[in-house]
Amino acid sequence: MMAKLMTAALLVTASAPALAAPADPLHSPMWEHHAARLFGKDAVVFDQRVAVRIPEIAENQRIFPVTVDARALPHVRRIVLFADLNPIPVAVDYAPTGAEPFLATRIKLDQRTPVRAAVQTEDGTWHVGGSWIDAAGGGCSAPPVSRVKGDWADHLGEVRAGQWPEKAGETRLRMTFRHPMDTGLVENIPAYNIERLTLRDDSGRSLGEMQIFGSVAEDPAFTLVVKATGAISFEARDTAGLRFPGKVGA
Amino acid sequence: MKLQRRALLLAGLLAPAAAIAEQFAGKYNPLAEQVADGLWMVRGADEAIGFANGGAIANSAIIATDAGAVLFDPGVSREHGRALGALAQKLTGKAVGRVYISHLHPDHAMGAAAFDPAIVHALPATRADLERDGEGFSDAMYRLLADWMKGTAVVLPQGDVTEGQAEFGGRQFRLMALKGHSGGDLALLDEATGTLLAGDLVFHDRAPSTPHASLPDWRASLDRLAAMPHKLLVPGHGPLDRDGSAIAQTRDWLGWVEQTLHDAVAHGLDMSEAGELPIPPRFSTLKAARYELQRSVSHFYPRLEAELLPKL
Repeated sequence: MMAKLMTAALLVTASAPALAAPADPLHSPMWEHHAARLFGKDAVVFDQRVAVRIPEIAENQRIFPVTVDARALPHVRRIVLFADLNPIPVAVDYAPTGAEPFLATRIKLDQRTPVRAAVQTEDGTWHVGGSWIDAAGGGCSAPPVSRVKGDWADHLGEVRAGQWPEKAGETRLRMTFRHPMDTGLVENIPAYNIERLTLRDDSGRSLGEMQIFGSVAEDPAFTLVVKATGAISFEARDTAGLRFPGKVGA
Repeated sequence: MKLQRRALLLAGLLAPAAAIAEQFAGKYNPLAEQVADGLWMVRGADEAIGFANGGAIANSAIIATDAGAVLFDPGVSREHGRALGALAQKLTGKAVGRVYISHLHPDHAMGAAAFDPAIVHALPATRADLERDGEGFSDAMYRLLADWMKGTAVVLPQGDVTEGQAEFGGRQFRLMALKGHSGGDLALLDEATGTLLAGDLVFHDRAPSTPHASLPDWRASLDRLAAMPHKLLVPGHGPLDRDGSAIAQTRDWLGWVEQTLHDAVAHGLDMSEAGELPIPPRFSTLKAARYELQRSVSHFYPRLEAELLPKL
């Protein structure tokens, strides 16, 4: 009996495609789907060194703050922030080319979901952290406040930014952009969002490249820590090709 | 073998019960504490609204009069309102003849569903708030509280309250039309006993919540409450205040939150970092402090960023 079962198990293992991802400690119904799509055959580990810091309550499902801090990991190549049960699961895909593996922003939540960061190190391994958060519906599928108020176009692309010294040779950078970040999931409002953010130092060296999706909150805000001081320039670009540039420390 | 069967039976008995345990609400069992002659306080749980507490987190007050009991804040749901009404009947020997809603928030207002809207009174500003937000609150409460909310519809108060003296059933009240915790905050002084029912303008040993707060208005309202002579104060949340400390404590927390979030933006922190900042030891007696700080971050932060981050 036992032998038969083992044979069956072996057969199943042999015939199923190799799944690199380990079992999900959060028991998300979407884990295997996202893991296969995001990580392919790369190695995946759940790793406490990926700190995903979120409040204990989703007070506003349209603006849910998330901080990802993977500074305990060496040689980070990429950070993917995602919420398993959002209709647009990935919010941000960040390559901290000349920056610390640190990112704070706000996302929309469409229901109770795990919120996670997958952090890829130089060896190709993905280190994953995160936790569940309860949320009311409608973060992604209700119109943004500025659409309801009707003033989104009056403020489109307004940029605010500030910089603060972090540790030696590093700068903390905060940027906010007025943008409706339409998900395309609201009737008669097509998707329209900031889709890219790039950062450079004064010599033109890339400090960070970020892909941004419609599940990032309206009027997006980003906090990053770049390995540079002095003048830092950045530019966001939206899906209509509009560019929103800025410079701090000039 | 015998043991195994018993274990199975037990498992069979327990499993369905556990599986459905969350589907059905319990019964509200409000308890009254007499705090003055003909005046009782009903304590809410000093917690966040949740299924476990049925949303019964706000304080209510019951006042005996010749024309029936006065119920100040009727709870979160129809069943909650009914339980408070039954309690008022038991304590005063008379049915509820007048309901006051201190402000729009669902833990204070939605229990009005248990009463004839004609006897439910509130500030006009509160009725306007409920017209705007009532259905949204109702959705949120049904999601969180499910069966506890059964039969609860949004009831708009029919009676307008205005600032000044009021008499009901031979009992004299001083009504105060305030704002700051929300767009309309009613406070009631029972003149015979000097008991001030402060609604959510005053929290006591429970961190204040700020979803509709205007802090300058709130502070001005606290000034007015402090200037109104009273012996006892029933806060919207937390224990009875006998020594006048709750107004100062509420003011202290609001000032600290405002300054802390201002500084957090000025120092380049993002929202989740601001919500993790240390809470000073002087607030160690405040329940739900971390929870309310994080809620306040959500309420105030984007506006502070728009004010303090330089525009390029």
